[in-house]
Order: sequence, then structure tokens, then C-alpha cells
Amino acid sequence: MEFNAQMVALGTIVRKEIKRFSRIWVQTLLPPVITMSLYFVIFGKLIGSRVGTMDGISYMQFVVPGLIMMAVLTNSYTNVVSSFFSAKFQRSIEELLVSPTPNVIILLGYCAGGMARGLCVGALVTVVALFFTDIQVHSWPLTAGIIFLTSLFFSLAGFINAVYANTFDDISIVPTFVLTPLTYLGGVFYSVSLLPEFWQWVSHLNPILHMVSAFRYGMLGTGGENVGFAFAGLIVFTAVLFAVGLHLLKSGKRLRA
Amino acid sequence: MTAALSIKNLRKTYGNNFEALKGISLEVQAGDFFAVLGPNGAGKSTTIGIICSLVRKSAGEVSVFGHSIDTDFSSAKQELGIVPQEFNFSQFEKVRDIVLQQGGYYGLPRAKAAEQADKYLKKLGLWDKRDTPARMLSGGMKRRLMIARALVHEPRVLILDEPTAGVDIELRRSMWEFLREINAQGTTIILTTHYLEEAESLCRNVAIIDHGEIVQNTSMKSLLKRLNKEVFVFDVEGELKKAPELAGHIVEWVDEHSFEVEVEKGQSLNHLFAELTRQGLEVVSMRNKANRLEELFVSLVASSRGEGTDGV
Repeated sequence: MEFNAQMVALGTIVRKEIKRFSRIWVQTLLPPVITMSLYFVIFGKLIGSRVGTMDGISYMQFVVPGLIMMAVLTNSYTNVVSSFFSAKFQRSIEELLVSPTPNVIILLGYCAGGMARGLCVGALVTVVALFFTDIQVHSWPLTAGIIFLTSLFFSLAGFINAVYANTFDDISIVPTFVLTPLTYLGGVFYSVSLLPEFWQWVSHLNPILHMVSAFRYGMLGTGGENVGFAFAGLIVFTAVLFAVGLHLLKSGKRLRA
Repeated sequence: MTAALSIKNLRKTYGNNFEALKGISLEVQAGDFFAVLGPNGAGKSTTIGIICSLVRKSAGEVSVFGHSIDTDFSSAKQELGIVPQEFNFSQFEKVRDIVLQQGGYYGLPRAKAAEQADKYLKKLGLWDKRDTPARMLSGGMKRRLMIARALVHEPRVLILDEPTAGVDIELRRSMWEFLREINAQGTTIILTTHYLEEAESLCRNVAIIDHGEIVQNTSMKSLLKRLNKEVFVFDVEGELKKAPELAGHIVEWVDEHSFEVEVEKGQSLNHLFAELTRQGLEVVSMRNKANRLEELFVSLVASSRGEGTDGV
């Protein structure tokens, strides 16, 4: 398949994915905005005003980057896992598998769809946050780079989950029992410096903590001691997940008989 | 001339050690209308699955217009349009979007894909339903949607797996007309079907698969020539108390108005009618008892299983 034709196929998948989550916006775009608004009101405004400062900044300013990041990673993951599994379940994935579209384009297309939803929800949450606090960006390249890579990383993770999933239960296990605990324990609502030393060490094994910290540094310019590590780690792990995703498509695991 | 489809020693063993294909070889020439027949579980859908890459083969070679599915899969796939047995489109998407997207997956620029999608939706009588979600379509419409989708990139080979299953007679015949039309325009058509009347009416060549092996691979004409006898049902005017006696024929009484006559190849129907007239029987209608190909098919499959043949 020639390069131009591949780009047409990629554009077709991305357009289809964006159309899908836009068509069901009440299920895909609205709930995270409402949930994050409640977080801003309850944790940022009501409880936050009594917390005082966290790592030298107001609590509201502290939670905003974490909540944006939480919205982006959750929605990137959820979009790909549900869309790809649904295509598998309805067998409409065969439309792509019988076509000359290369595996790498299929993978990129689904990930771009997940990123589109993740970043779209992230933008909406940012707009909501503006009603509660001023938002400054310390480093645009770093902020954009971290959010882009995080979104891609979780889109790829969602894709792999969808390939292995056999039932709808299988696509909710990882978000419920892995992603949510890691996100809540990933420094979204508190600084790990508040924890005893041992739990600080344990927290540093959580990759989401590094993503949130790097993103917070990009926005606020505080707590950026591990930014380089977070960035490098994200690039490496994203590359690994990309290779795994591509291998799964090539081998046809759970996709071809 | 390069064959439209060439299959050599194709084998497939599934994970549970079930050997679905035992080394089949087949060639379909460009422009042919080819039937693949066989009982359930014979290996027809596995063969089609391998051709379109939804099933991984265990061994063998498949090429489409000379393009190997192993080494030149992109060109091979570009030549193929697939209409599967089961519905395999998103039930929530609109009819036109499904066809349009398929064009995009084959690299057709959006304007061209839209032109093609509209052309085939109109040809297949789905234009009025273009903005309807696929789940709202009737079974026959869903089948036509899959045909439109398979044709959007104008493949040179169209493979249809049981295309008229569950479709009413009127719609089935209109689909036959459409398939004849695109075959006349040069598209090679390969179809599997359980309706042997369909294969007899449409196809020029036929392969019969059973238990993962090809039992017959010949032209429809030469296959039908092998039929040695047929059973005709005669309806007569007036009351018939018993079957008439007709020398050289096995005759069975059916009811007060009809009887069956077995006619062997080479026996004269003129003589038969003359004898009936002599006995004072007024024939008002006559029909073939069973589909000729169906009889032959059952006989060939039985023969391949070593169950003996009867009359072929």
C-alpha cells in the first residue's frame, strides 16, 4: 500500500474514532467533566481552603494538574479498550483485517482516537478549572510533551487490554483494579512528601506518580527533580507498548483464527 | 493467463488438532463464476478465511492474480472483496458511513470513496437507508450492505460466503441478477452456497469440498452430464386409483391426481407421453421432483465418504 493510501486509511480510522466518541458524548465527554468539577468543588474549594498549602502552593493549584492528567489518562485508555473490544465483539474489526491497511496504521489509528478523546476531555477539564483558579504554564514544551506521551502510553495499554479481552468484564478489570488505585495513589490529591519514608519509596514505583509530578512541574514549575527520569521512562515504556501492540496485530493473537 | 485465484496444497489444523483442510488445490480463472459447495463443516469458510487473511493457514500457498498472500499481501488484498457469512459491521454506524470507511481502508480518497459508496448503495437498493444505523436494517438489507461494502474499492475478485442465506426468494433473485451483471462486467465471482439451485443457475464451474478435501472440481455442465436419472412428477386430470404401468420405468403413485416416473438418461420422453396418451391419461403439468444438482451433490459426498452411490 502506497504512503498516500496509508495516510487515507489512517485518517479514516481516526475520523471514525472521533465520530464514535462524539456521537455518544453524553457517555464519553460529559461524565469526566462533571466528576472533575465535583473534585474541584469538594477537594479544591471546600476541603482545600482548610488544607492550606501543599509543596508551597495553594491546594487548588496543586490538584489541578493531577486532575487534568487523571482525566487524560483514564479517557485515553477507556476509549481504545472499549472501541477496539467492541469492534472485536461485533466482528467489525474484520473490515480492517481484510483490507490492505498495514498493522502499524491500525495501531496508530486507534491510538490517535484514544488520544483525541483523552486530550479533548483534558481540555474540557482545564476550562472547568479556570472557573476555580488561574492556570499558568511554566514550560509549554514539557507540559505538552508529557500530556502527549501519557495519552499515547495509556492508549497503547488500552489497545493491548482490548486484544486480550474475551468479555466486557475483561475490559473493566484493569481500569477498576489497576488504573484507579494507581491514579489515586499517584500524587493527584497529596504530595508524597507527606508519607513516611518507606511509603514514599513504594510510591515511587508507581509510574503515574512520575507522570503527574512531571506534568505538575511543567505547569507550576515546582517539584521537578525527577522530570528527566519521568520523560525518559515514558518514552521507553511507550516504545515497548507500541512494539507489543504491533506484535499482537502481526501475530493475529485473538484476532485471527 | 494468470489465474484469478490459485490455491496449492492448502492445509489448516486448528488448535484442537482438528484438520479442517487436508491439502486442497484449486484454480479459478479470471472472469469465472465459481461455486464452492460442501456440507456444513466441510472447510469452505476456512478456505475463504485463509484467502482473506482472517484465518492463519498451516501450510500451502494462496495467490490472487499472481500476488501471494504471504509476500505481497497488500496487492492481493486490493484485488479481493469479501462478503462473509455472518454480519460483521458495527451495528451502530450508519449504512453510508460503513461503506465509505471501507473505501478509506483500501486507500480511496474520501471524494472517490463517497462516489463509489453512493454508486453501490443505489445499485443495491440501499440509497434510501443511507443514513439509517445498520442495526435497523432487515436481514436482506444487511446482506446487500455487505455486498456494497465489498465492492466499494472495485475488486477484481468477489468472494461471497452464503450470500443469500435467509433471504426471501424475490430478493435472492434480484441479488442473482446483480451478481450476473457484475460478473458480465469482468468481476470474477466465487461463492459458497447451500442453495444448489443457486449454484446451478449462476456458476460455470464448481468445486465440491468434503472433510477438508476436494471431491470434485469441474464445470457445472460436465457435472450435470453425469446425472444418470431424474424423477419427474406428473399431474393428471381426473382421478387416479393406482400408478400407471409404463414399460422400462419405475412408477410410483403419489395421490389421486399425481404419480412419479423415474427416467434414465437416454430414455425418450416422447415415448413416455405417447404411452400415457394411449392409456387415456391427460397430463396437465410435469415437474422435476428434486433439484438435479442436489441429487448429484448428495451422491458425490456419499461416494467420497465410501457410503456408496446411487445412480450417478
